[in-house]
Amino acid sequence: MTMVDTARTAAAATGRAAKRPPARRGAAMSYGFVSLYAVLTLAFGILPALYALYLAFTDGEGGFAGLANFSKVVGDFRFWPAVTHVALYLVIWLVALVVLVTLLAVVVHAIRVRWLSRTLRFVFYLPGALAGASSVMLWLFVLDPTASPVGGLLRLLGFDSFVQVIVPGNLPVVFAIIAFWTGAGGWIVIMYGALNNISAEVIEAARVDGANAVQIAWRIQIPMLRKWISYMGIMSLAAGTQLFVEPQLLSQASNAVVPNDYSLNQLAYQYAFQQNDFNGAAAISLLLLVIALALSAVFVTRGGLFERD
Amino acid sequence: MTSAPIRTSPTGWSGRTIVTVVVTVFVLFFAIPLVWLLLATTKSARGLIVDNPFAPGSLSGLSTNWSQLFAFQDGAVTTWMGNSALYAVGALIITLVASIPAGYALALNEFRFRRLLLVLTLVVMLIPNTALVLPIFLELNAVGLIGSSLSVILPMSFFPFGVYLTYIYFSTAIPRDLLAAARIDGCREFQVFTRIALPLAAPIVALVAFFSFVQNWNNFFLPFVMLPSSDGYPVQVGLTSLLASTPAFNPSSAGAQSVQLPTLALATVVSVLPVLIVFLVSQRFLVAGMTAGGTKE
Repeated sequence: MTMVDTARTAAAATGRAAKRPPARRGAAMSYGFVSLYAVLTLAFGILPALYALYLAFTDGEGGFAGLANFSKVVGDFRFWPAVTHVALYLVIWLVALVVLVTLLAVVVHAIRVRWLSRTLRFVFYLPGALAGASSVMLWLFVLDPTASPVGGLLRLLGFDSFVQVIVPGNLPVVFAIIAFWTGAGGWIVIMYGALNNISAEVIEAARVDGANAVQIAWRIQIPMLRKWISYMGIMSLAAGTQLFVEPQLLSQASNAVVPNDYSLNQLAYQYAFQQNDFNGAAAISLLLLVIALALSAVFVTRGGLFERD
Repeated sequence: MTSAPIRTSPTGWSGRTIVTVVVTVFVLFFAIPLVWLLLATTKSARGLIVDNPFAPGSLSGLSTNWSQLFAFQDGAVTTWMGNSALYAVGALIITLVASIPAGYALALNEFRFRRLLLVLTLVVMLIPNTALVLPIFLELNAVGLIGSSLSVILPMSFFPFGVYLTYIYFSTAIPRDLLAAARIDGCREFQVFTRIALPLAAPIVALVAFFSFVQNWNNFFLPFVMLPSSDGYPVQVGLTSLLASTPAFNPSSAGAQSVQLPTLALATVVSVLPVLIVFLVSQRFLVAGMTAGGTKE
């Protein structure tokens, strides 16, 4: 997931499309060229969204249900706790991401020894290879004081067993750490690229005026990164609302100390697979989809990714 | 590391110390789990708990763990790896066949629905891919496709980001005059694509393939929802079966099929090995700052 966010940003950076209007020719061939992709878009982009919309507003027999499914899931005793869990996780994760990624990008960019800077970026980036279930597995080990490479540190913090580490109060932090470990490196590389694009003359002028490294970072580099930082924030916010694999695996690994309806996506999954209530599942999915669409709309309207159009 | 010169004017000893401390802390944070995981695969179950966390085990330990892992449920891990390869590569091929021509046509030709398709591409690309998983499940459930390989491969092969990358590339990097010259030389439209545009687009094809493969291989939620039976699991979902059979995390699972911690660590490494190899091979372009050169007109 984070991998692709990374790539998306890379693409956003290259999003300086040609200004010349495209030629009108070979229309028949164009349809042929886009046909397979258009079919996939229809089948796995538009139709599922429409079908979820249909299910969310109907009952089990297909009759119109108005807002009944929504009031049912929102009134579910598990709904608001799930919202709270996801929100807490998002706050911690986003703050950590914005502050630390910016700091690390600026610091790595300031290191002039090329091999060192390269190596650092690679070390930060490599955990991105372990997305999803694999990175959660790895962190199960790290968070279990008996096996952990940092068991001493965990005990110092007062955790003597795995169950103590994953008490509900700690989970938002735990998930934020896992997500940061996996995803931060990609963003650091993006920010590093963006810092490279700041013209050397601007920095040089500031230096001549007597600005030190910290002032240059604070007054020039970080303001010029603002667009990237907000992009990172929006994309991460959208991705974070989807929290699923981390609590799902942790729930399994902890013998349900972590509940299996911890996040909203898990709750939707419970509706579909435990209660066989597809209408309720569709209602939750639709709520999450609307959030994601709204966030992406913010970026589409303000980000200029298809400047040519 | 302590003597790393700072690009902006030297802020003296204290500035460098702060930089060194920050960098060291984060290098440890990112590297320790990975290094430890690799070492853990060589240890015995007892050694993992008792020995120094950073003392390597032995090759015989590694081979014991290896045989335990691949003996799990009569070689389930081999099946899962095969499934992962089938899903990831199958979806990758369809993605390339669908996205490269689509990106080309969107960038260079004008036709009805072009703008609509571009906007849809952008919108779907920006929403997290998990957001559509349950709706897609509900849809495929209605048409009775759940449980088949296609229920995973087809949704994965819808990859708007690949179209976007191709679109940007053909919009900016291919000189139109070159294509026009080919037409004057008598190339038909389709030949212009296969003989001129496609060979020039090799870097973007590789990039789309890279992102598609990594995302497909690591996908958890989609196959988790679509595939009810263990025979069909990709390895990412298979990990949950291994986890459920690990007494250290799930005490009720102690029994003949129980998995020891170092074996679980090895499973984690094996599950990401293809992606890790792809990462190492592509290291150069990955850390170059993926935006480098992107804004140069």
